[in-house]
Amino acid sequence: MSRIIVVTSGKGGVGKTTTAAALAMGLAERGFRSVVIDFDVGLRNLDLIMGCERRVVYDFINVIQGEARLNQALIKDKRNENLFILPASQTRDKEALTKEGVGKVLTDLSEDFDYIVCDSPAGIELGATMAMYYADDAFVVTNPEVSSVRDSDRMIGILSSKSQRAEEDREPIREYLLLTRYSPQRVERGEMLSVEDVQDILSLDLIGVIPESQAVLNASNSGVPVIMDGESTAGQAYSDVVARYLGEQLPHRFLEIEKRGLLGRLFGG
Amino acid sequence: MGLLSYFKSRSTSGSASLAKERLQILVAHDRAGRDAPSYLPQLQRDILKVLRKYVAVEPGAVNVNLEHDEHHEVLELNIVLPEGERSTG
Ligand SMILES: Nc1ncnc2c1ncn2[C@@H]1O[C@H](COP(=O)(O)OP(=O)(O)O)[C@@H](O)[C@H]1O
Ligand SMILES: [Mg+2]
Repeated sequence: MSRIIVVTSGKGGVGKTTTAAALAMGLAERGFRSVVIDFDVGLRNLDLIMGCERRVVYDFINVIQGEARLNQALIKDKRNENLFILPASQTRDKEALTKEGVGKVLTDLSEDFDYIVCDSPAGIELGATMAMYYADDAFVVTNPEVSSVRDSDRMIGILSSKSQRAEEDREPIREYLLLTRYSPQRVERGEMLSVEDVQDILSLDLIGVIPESQAVLNASNSGVPVIMDGESTAGQAYSDVVARYLGEQLPHRFLEIEKRGLLGRLFGG
Repeated sequence: MGLLSYFKSRSTSGSASLAKERLQILVAHDRAGRDAPSYLPQLQRDILKVLRKYVAVEPGAVNVNLEHDEHHEVLELNIVLPEGERSTG
């Protein structure tokens, strides 16, 4: 049996695709057969983050509509043999994402994969509701700012009512809070909501805090999921997230400003 | 940035504390709307109908709200009576 994970948020541009790519790669690195699906029909940027944009022939919608077989559309990652990508269509209409079609693809995938990671578009329109409908677990990606936190709270409400699990009265989706683009410096200066502030408002299990990091942009420039950059704080924080997801107990890192000496603080900016 | 600010610990005057306050209010309001029982709109219409037998109130004069805190649920009923006129019958 495979587990279906949705990476979702109310607000756009908070780091979902970055997270979905990191999560899928991290699970593959640990030996699990993983597939990551782009539900952001029309925008299609997961393949860019994964660095396989030039190998896209068929996409998710082609498979749903019977124009291609699943194994024709799946792209095998060049770096990790456990990892596959199912890209979104750039041209088609979102309406092609039907509940039956998506369900069929997920059922087929679950025969071959341990983890199915669904990269959702933001908000509550069709692509997003399809990405979450069949989920077992949800990562609610949130930035420490007012509109993102508010929209995450709305998302939590939707996750608990509009899923197959909710409709069938089964155990609810397991929801995790992932705080991204966190800047301890700005928190220290009182300019940014702290981890505790966000947790006070959204009472969800905190699965990780990803610091704001230049490495994320570098990673997307080169088409390499940031989790593969083990030197970077963001990469390490994502590795911790994967470990926690798999049940390891790890303390949260990168929540405090790295301590520099007094002179460093005075002259280092 | 001044020297002093390097030594100040987490400032309470920053905009983050304001952000948190606003969020707490916003989220509480959102949740109240979301968790409201589905009979509320009908209840509101029925109360208005009954009320209008006795008082000539405006159509939007009745407002029914359900408030939660940790221990209670309070059904809040807000009726705006027309000015000067207490009753018609
Ligand atoms: N931890 C981070 N640090 C710095 N930039 C980030 C971080 N996470 C995401 N970003 C940037 O934010 C933008 C949106 O990220 P993306 O993952 O595409 O979000 P979404 O899929 O939610 O729209 C991208 O430019 C990405 O490089
Ligand atoms: Mg995205």
